[in-house]
Amino acid sequence: MTRRLAYYVPAVAVFVGVLGLWELVVRAFGIQQFLLPPPSAIAFAFVEHFDELTTVGRNTLVEAVGGLVIGGVAALVVAFATARWVTASRTLLPFAIAANSVPIIAFAPIMNNWFGILNPLSKMMVVAVLVFFPIMINTLRGLTLVDQASLELMRSYAASELAIFAKVRVPNALPYIFTALKVSATLSLIGAIVAEYFGGSRSVLGQFIITEAAFFRFANAWAAIVVASAVSIAFFLIILAIERVAIPWHASARIADSS
Amino acid sequence: MFRAARSSLSLFVVIGALAVLWEVVKLLGGDPSEAWTPPFQWTVASDLNMPHVWDIAASFVQPAQRNGPPLGLVLVNAGIFTFREAFGGFVFGAVLGLALAIVFVHSSLLERALVPYVVASQTVPIIAIAPVLVIWLGGGWLAVALISAYLTFFPVTIAGLRGLRSPDPRALELMRSYASSSRDVLWKVRLPAAAPYLFAAFKVAATASVVGAIIGELPSGIRDGLGGAILNFNQFYVSGPPKLWAAIIVAAIVGIGFFALVRVAETVVLRGRVAPSDA
Amino acid sequence: MSDSIVRVRGVDKVFGAGADKTPALQHIDLEIPRGAFVSLIGPSGCGKSTLLRLIGDLTQPSAGTVEVNGKTAHRARLDRDYGMVFQAPVLFDWRTVQGNVELPLEVSAKDRSARADRAKAMLALVELTGFERRYPWQLSGGMQQRVAIARALSFEPAILLMDEPFGALDEMTRERLNIELLRIWKQTGTTIVFVTHSIPEAVFLSTHVAVMSARPGRIIELIPVDLPQPRNDLTREDERYFGFITRVRERLRGREMGRPGAAEVAAS
Repeated sequence: MTRRLAYYVPAVAVFVGVLGLWELVVRAFGIQQFLLPPPSAIAFAFVEHFDELTTVGRNTLVEAVGGLVIGGVAALVVAFATARWVTASRTLLPFAIAANSVPIIAFAPIMNNWFGILNPLSKMMVVAVLVFFPIMINTLRGLTLVDQASLELMRSYAASELAIFAKVRVPNALPYIFTALKVSATLSLIGAIVAEYFGGSRSVLGQFIITEAAFFRFANAWAAIVVASAVSIAFFLIILAIERVAIPWHASARIADSS
Repeated sequence: MFRAARSSLSLFVVIGALAVLWEVVKLLGGDPSEAWTPPFQWTVASDLNMPHVWDIAASFVQPAQRNGPPLGLVLVNAGIFTFREAFGGFVFGAVLGLALAIVFVHSSLLERALVPYVVASQTVPIIAIAPVLVIWLGGGWLAVALISAYLTFFPVTIAGLRGLRSPDPRALELMRSYASSSRDVLWKVRLPAAAPYLFAAFKVAATASVVGAIIGELPSGIRDGLGGAILNFNQFYVSGPPKLWAAIIVAAIVGIGFFALVRVAETVVLRGRVAPSDA
Repeated sequence: MSDSIVRVRGVDKVFGAGADKTPALQHIDLEIPRGAFVSLIGPSGCGKSTLLRLIGDLTQPSAGTVEVNGKTAHRARLDRDYGMVFQAPVLFDWRTVQGNVELPLEVSAKDRSARADRAKAMLALVELTGFERRYPWQLSGGMQQRVAIARALSFEPAILLMDEPFGALDEMTRERLNIELLRIWKQTGTTIVFVTHSIPEAVFLSTHVAVMSARPGRIIELIPVDLPQPRNDLTREDERYFGFITRVRERLRGREMGRPGAAEVAAS
């Protein structure tokens, strides 16, 4: 236990040190608030605007989670449907990978036009498209990159395709799916915030940050940024917790694969 | 040769299929015309929301503004501008990312102290910091490249760490038996072993850098790039929907093009080693 | 050999097509009596694994027939007559030890309690009682391979096909598992076809050793090993044991170096 705690000492030391130095430098050199507010000002802004930050944070989280659910379900359906046909998935994969390198945020204004700029669905759809490709690609990989020997073993039992799918392919895909979900958790929040930049409800994190920054109230903006990353990290940790419960057998590999 | 021909053929087939699908949706639920009244009325499929494929194609050759150059030329210039920012960000980010990975491999203290923040950095919505960076650095392309680098370095650091640690421990022991310096170990064992991992990360980073450049342009007031174009055509969407679509298509081409470029570099550098991975 | 469980007749196996055509096996005839322990031994590339996979219907012959348990190999596979053990244990990470042993029973739709009982019995047979709830990564290499053997035996296959099952293990573990395998073979009365690189292992385990040559792969000789049963550590010090080792080695070497005479003996 103490050894585990000792492991985190340097990280905590950096945290405290950087915050202290930041505060000190800002005060010592009289750096103006709009350039860099000191941590104390950010903390103060956080307390002062707590209610508003909770509201905007919740609204943005709803967009992110909604988008992740829509995109994730769609990605799983497509991956499961195409994994059955080897040629289909082989043809599809390169295009999915290419599509994954399209800057999806460019579609944010289009989604506003399609689903209504004030409708949270327009932000959800940006997030959904954003997370669709990583989840689909990873799921497809997990379903198809199966150890050949495992398949031979199943063949020697005269196992049906369905049995092979349920007992080999799906369990094999689970770690891949969770890896994609962990990436998508942070991606979904960032996607929602960027999508908010293109207009819509004012009561969201993205608009809050833009407005506060526009009026040079940077301490407020930074407080919102802290909220955004805290929500992001929490979202990530929730998925991590689900992963630990869902695939405990993967504990051995997880240490090496924690990114 | 044959494979290249076949894959470019299937590329055209897929693009063609998408265009056909697009028009089928419009036939089913688009705006009525003199020749055809669609059975449904979907707002999503209206001419405002889904302009005809040929209208989007035509918009490339029509002037973007009255008496101005054709939109296609404007967008190509914007694409080159954004690609430059993205490339600058990519180089910054890749160098920084690799440097961090090398430092972390050699110092477990620094690794433990800093890696959590490297991971946490990616949860910070970069667009929120962009205005601050722009104020610090002025609204030039440097600020945008830095924003782009912020998204780029992360995958490189993580993959670099994994790749630099990937050599067989026996290979490291072999180097020790030669009494080689840690610099030799780095150049002769660790970096070559890390190369496939790094290229996988570079491909992710190429995409991220384009996204970063477009996002970075939004709050920085730069209007010469694709982010600016998207913002601009979004504002005047009602008067010319195809223009926004044209800008998005060019953005997609820049993203895919950069990815493909790294992919080609990977095939050249890693030739004779494992087949390039697809991610 | 009236009661042969495996009949391989005139089997050729060619890989690839056109200019890349490489013959892997040429004119293989092999009869394996029920209850026998047959080792396939030969240099790398002699096609011993391919022959094993032909018997197991994991690949098809280019010419000739393979009959198992009085039916085609394909039919035998569908009837679940095979237990397979590979060089790697091929355990599923996501299943416990017991879950892995139950896998073939699940595939053949045995009910839950019957599966559990059978798995427990098989794990007892390979002396892994108490490890039912562990995951594969928590076991040593030797233990993992014992789980694989328990799994292969779990639906009482008519024939057990083993492809260098102990090849990745250290010598001490290998010798211990050899003795255990013989005990299991005696207890279950199953037929075993065993691919190996190791001459002593082949001689120690087998009732018959099939010596093979490379390029193209053929069976030079089927040597009956009539060392007394049950075999144990003392067998390894028996003079006749060394005699058999020498005989197998000479057969292998004579063919490999193309020494005149040796090939003729083999052909006759």
